[in-house]
Amino acid sequence: MALKPALRHDLSDITAERGNEDDRRRKKSIWTQIQNFSHSGSLTAYLIFLPPALLLFTLFVVLPVGEAAYYSFFNWNGYGSPQKWVNLDNFVRVLNDPIFHQSLINNLLVIAVSAFIQVPAAMWLALLISDRSRSSVVFRAIFFLPYILGEVVAGLIWRYMYDGNYGVVAVVFHWFGREAPQVLGERGWAMAALLLVIVWKYFGFHMALFIAGRQGIPDDVVESAQIDGAHRWQITRHIVLPMMRPVVILSLFFSILGSLQTFAIVAALTDGGPSNSTHSAVSYLYTFGIKRMRVGFGSAVGVVLFIICVLVMVFYKQLFMREKEAR
Amino acid sequence: MKREGLFLYYRWLLLFVAAGLCLLPLWATVIGGFKSTGDLRTNPFGFPKEWITENYFSIAASARFWQMLWNSCIITFFSVTFTLLVSSMAAFTLAHLRFAGKRWIGSYLSLGLTFPFATAVLPVFIRVRDMGLLDSYWGVILPQIAFNLGFSIVLLRGFFSELPKELFEAAYIDGCNYPRMFWQITLPLSRPILATVGVLALVDSWNNFLLPLVMINRDEIYPWPLGVMQYQGQYGTDWGRVLAFVSLTMAPAIFFYLLAQKHIIAGLTSGAVKG
Repeated sequence: MALKPALRHDLSDITAERGNEDDRRRKKSIWTQIQNFSHSGSLTAYLIFLPPALLLFTLFVVLPVGEAAYYSFFNWNGYGSPQKWVNLDNFVRVLNDPIFHQSLINNLLVIAVSAFIQVPAAMWLALLISDRSRSSVVFRAIFFLPYILGEVVAGLIWRYMYDGNYGVVAVVFHWFGREAPQVLGERGWAMAALLLVIVWKYFGFHMALFIAGRQGIPDDVVESAQIDGAHRWQITRHIVLPMMRPVVILSLFFSILGSLQTFAIVAALTDGGPSNSTHSAVSYLYTFGIKRMRVGFGSAVGVVLFIICVLVMVFYKQLFMREKEAR
Repeated sequence: MKREGLFLYYRWLLLFVAAGLCLLPLWATVIGGFKSTGDLRTNPFGFPKEWITENYFSIAASARFWQMLWNSCIITFFSVTFTLLVSSMAAFTLAHLRFAGKRWIGSYLSLGLTFPFATAVLPVFIRVRDMGLLDSYWGVILPQIAFNLGFSIVLLRGFFSELPKELFEAAYIDGCNYPRMFWQITLPLSRPILATVGVLALVDSWNNFLLPLVMINRDEIYPWPLGVMQYQGQYGTDWGRVLAFVSLTMAPAIFFYLLAQKHIIAGLTSGAVKG
């Protein structure tokens, strides 16, 4: 690496602010500079501090993405080296697969449910417990609890809840004297059931975001509105909610990101069934790429997912999150 | 004032209903572990007619259960420790030293923030296999650290570069070198942000499913998410057993949460916001 400019900057960092009296010292011979340099330990810093991060990151994050792009042009089972070049076949197959379409629709459903049910519900509750009273702290802890549990645990618990012979569904149907359906076994019901679990598990996170956002609104704004005689609802509608806009935008950002990563909860609850109707993009990738060791095909799915992700993120940031950078 | 009273009723009612919906599945799970199959069928939410402790005891006495928690502990411990160490060293260099290509390296390391791990999972699998690390703890730990680096470096770097500059200048003049500055000034002053990054990495690693699922094929080193799925696959709808198993596996997380609830909520939300 470019050592020379590095060391000059290093020293000037300190000396520049010390003013002219140090000008003389700055012009010391190269040799003393190098001595200084190793004394300051910045050589060690460069040689020891940065490489581990760079190495790990390159090996396990950056290169794999490039390799995924490369493998996606092959038909390869993962053994030996990829030989069978198949052009864009993998992509054609992914993009024409109705199951993949369904899984993308499911991802969109997750986002929609988050935007229209989860976020409003979380906001509603957050505004009720955004003060710092004891009871509010307790309720917040309760609502946040499902979020810290593993997705696998959430999936299995609800698999029991939805079991037509045992759990909650059975009880509710028995109240009405009816035989309960196997919710997770029926197309249409299964996806709705999955969405409910996602709301249950993640609304606490959004609520915590909103509470933090609400607590960030200065008290005097609200107080002055109260003095002017505004009602609770008026304050919420015209002061609090508009001021929470950045937090809502952020929270939807996490919903989108989360939706594109949904996997374990699907695996534990429905495993993509019945008849592949509840896959998410990642569980599709797992089931049809990884499980069967179709490296080329799986990589193509990964690449499509990558492109969707980057596009969505860039688009979303451009559209909504510019204010953040202006700050 | 009457209005105010009405609001309070509505607030409490709503909060209790929501808390009920939130906790009911967890309650049914824990209590379900004590029930016989017949009892589960007719009475999923109430107390058991007859307390059956055999499910819990037999699981708590099985080596398999403790092995699986132990595996999770090892993987989580090393993931969190090395995430903190590696990313704080890199963040320190990026925050306090000037060198050619610094900006480039900074944005290079934050590339990982925008896409899901699943995109890279197959090539990572092949790399781990070629390194001979399949079916080992390190096969899970190393990729996990790598994927934590993006957000941790962003968070840490932001915090480090806001530490007062005078401190470092004074230390420099007193002959303190960079590694010592890192250990004795930066790290001790950065406990809050280290805690935030630590909590994020901890929860991530403890609950991770996809990575061990792909990398580990040997029962003996299964972390708990794989173990619990395997157990469910084995006992199917013998729910008494499965629920007891699920309850016991989520116990450490709930215990830890109750201990440090405030820090965990703050860590997970503020970490997410800034990252």
